Amino acid sequence: MSTHAISVEDAKTGEATEAVYEHPYIVRLCHWVNAVALFVMVGSGMQIFRAFPSFGAKIPEKDLLNWPKAFAIGGWLGGALQWHLTFMWIYIASGVLYLGYQVVSGNYKQVLFTPRDIHGLWPMIKHYFFFGSKPLATEPYNALQKQAYTSAVILGVLSVLTGFAVWKPIQFSWLAAMMGGFHWARLLHFIVMWATLAFLFGHVVMVALHGWNNFVSMLVGWKKNPEYIVE
Amino acid sequence: MKSRIDKQAFKSVTRRELLKLTPVVALGAFVVPKLRDPLLKAGLGFSDWASGVMYRSGHLASTFENSELTPFEKFPINGYDVEDPEVDLDKWRLNVAGAVRKPGEYSMAQIQSLPKQVHNTRHVCVEGWDVIGNFGGALLSDFLKSVGADTTARFITMQCADDYYESLDMATALHPQTLLCYEMYGAPLTRKHGAPVRLNIPTKIGYKQAKYLTDLKVTNVLDKVGYWEDQGYSGFYGL
Repeated sequence: MSTHAISVEDAKTGEATEAVYEHPYIVRLCHWVNAVALFVMVGSGMQIFRAFPSFGAKIPEKDLLNWPKAFAIGGWLGGALQWHLTFMWIYIASGVLYLGYQVVSGNYKQVLFTPRDIHGLWPMIKHYFFFGSKPLATEPYNALQKQAYTSAVILGVLSVLTGFAVWKPIQFSWLAAMMGGFHWARLLHFIVMWATLAFLFGHVVMVALHGWNNFVSMLVGWKKNPEYIVE
Repeated sequence: MKSRIDKQAFKSVTRRELLKLTPVVALGAFVVPKLRDPLLKAGLGFSDWASGVMYRSGHLASTFENSELTPFEKFPINGYDVEDPEVDLDKWRLNVAGAVRKPGEYSMAQIQSLPKQVHNTRHVCVEGWDVIGNFGGALLSDFLKSVGADTTARFITMQCADDYYESLDMATALHPQTLLCYEMYGAPLTRKHGAPVRLNIPTKIGYKQAKYLTDLKVTNVLDKVGYWEDQGYSGFYGL
């Protein structure tokens, strides 16, 4: 792992704290732009959904759920579409920049879940959910985190692909056909959103549990007192 | 051996790293009402521009088997105002104007004398529902040719008996599935579905497919885009 560690020393007391550079600038930039964009995409998407909150026939219409307007963005269908069709470009741009940077810099190795991470899954699940002892960690992300973040990136890609199949089912007819046509693409777009929200829920809970230093690392890149062994 | 750094120096490093995230704050412009509307308008404009770039004039919308049709009685009727503007079908004429060699009034018989095309295509509403309908009529491109339209003009604009109005880019007007539709499910258009003539444009969203047509104009300038578009909906909205 190329994680860069330094020793931060207090001249007065002589105390030293370890710090690691965990999140490169582009990753942090994309993370926060994407967080804002995702917020707007979900909020405006729910307002769009409110215009026809069903996946069945229009006649007779059987509503799936009545999403409260207070948790939607745009105020009305046309307004929500403006938000959605504006922020989708920001969402896509942050995603493309992130993926491009990760691949070119090689930083993807920090977070990509690969088959060799499979054996690390169960010990982490035992630790998080069944009070098992914490496995020894030597890198920023454990197997379960890699699985979660890799899934989140895949969901991001799927949200764009299903979104294009809904927006342009004819120009991207091959994409819509892969999903079973416009009707199913719209349902898949909705399901992918809920899966993304499920990830987000777990993500925010874990960030809350892991404290300030961990949270700050996504802002400044450096993490003080990392919870894993460097070198 | 780990490199060492003084606590104060480290603080200035992290502060600098934090400041590099200021571009994210720029997204806050969307919270300022005065900036929000022009920004969203620009975003929608960009999407419409990209839609035009993605549009392939020869690419056909999927067609469906009769067995896949939505039953006629389950084909929704979306009027913006009245469901029947009480058009006098016997006296009805389509008034053609603008960049055409033969402007004037055209009768139903003249439209029906053009080759008839019938297809089963998907109708997608901006609200999110979709149905598969059977539509029949003359190709708008044939009609435009018959009136000597200047097909290098940019737009077709439409007026309707219920005061609805629309516009269409020329590339879509000339698309081989864009119909001056006078039949649905093998029968003349019913009043609620836009009798006597409506547009059927499988490559466009529902609200572009104006009903109760009365006027058609070939033009290069749009002073109005369409009833819904002028309230903030996408002007191009191609599928």
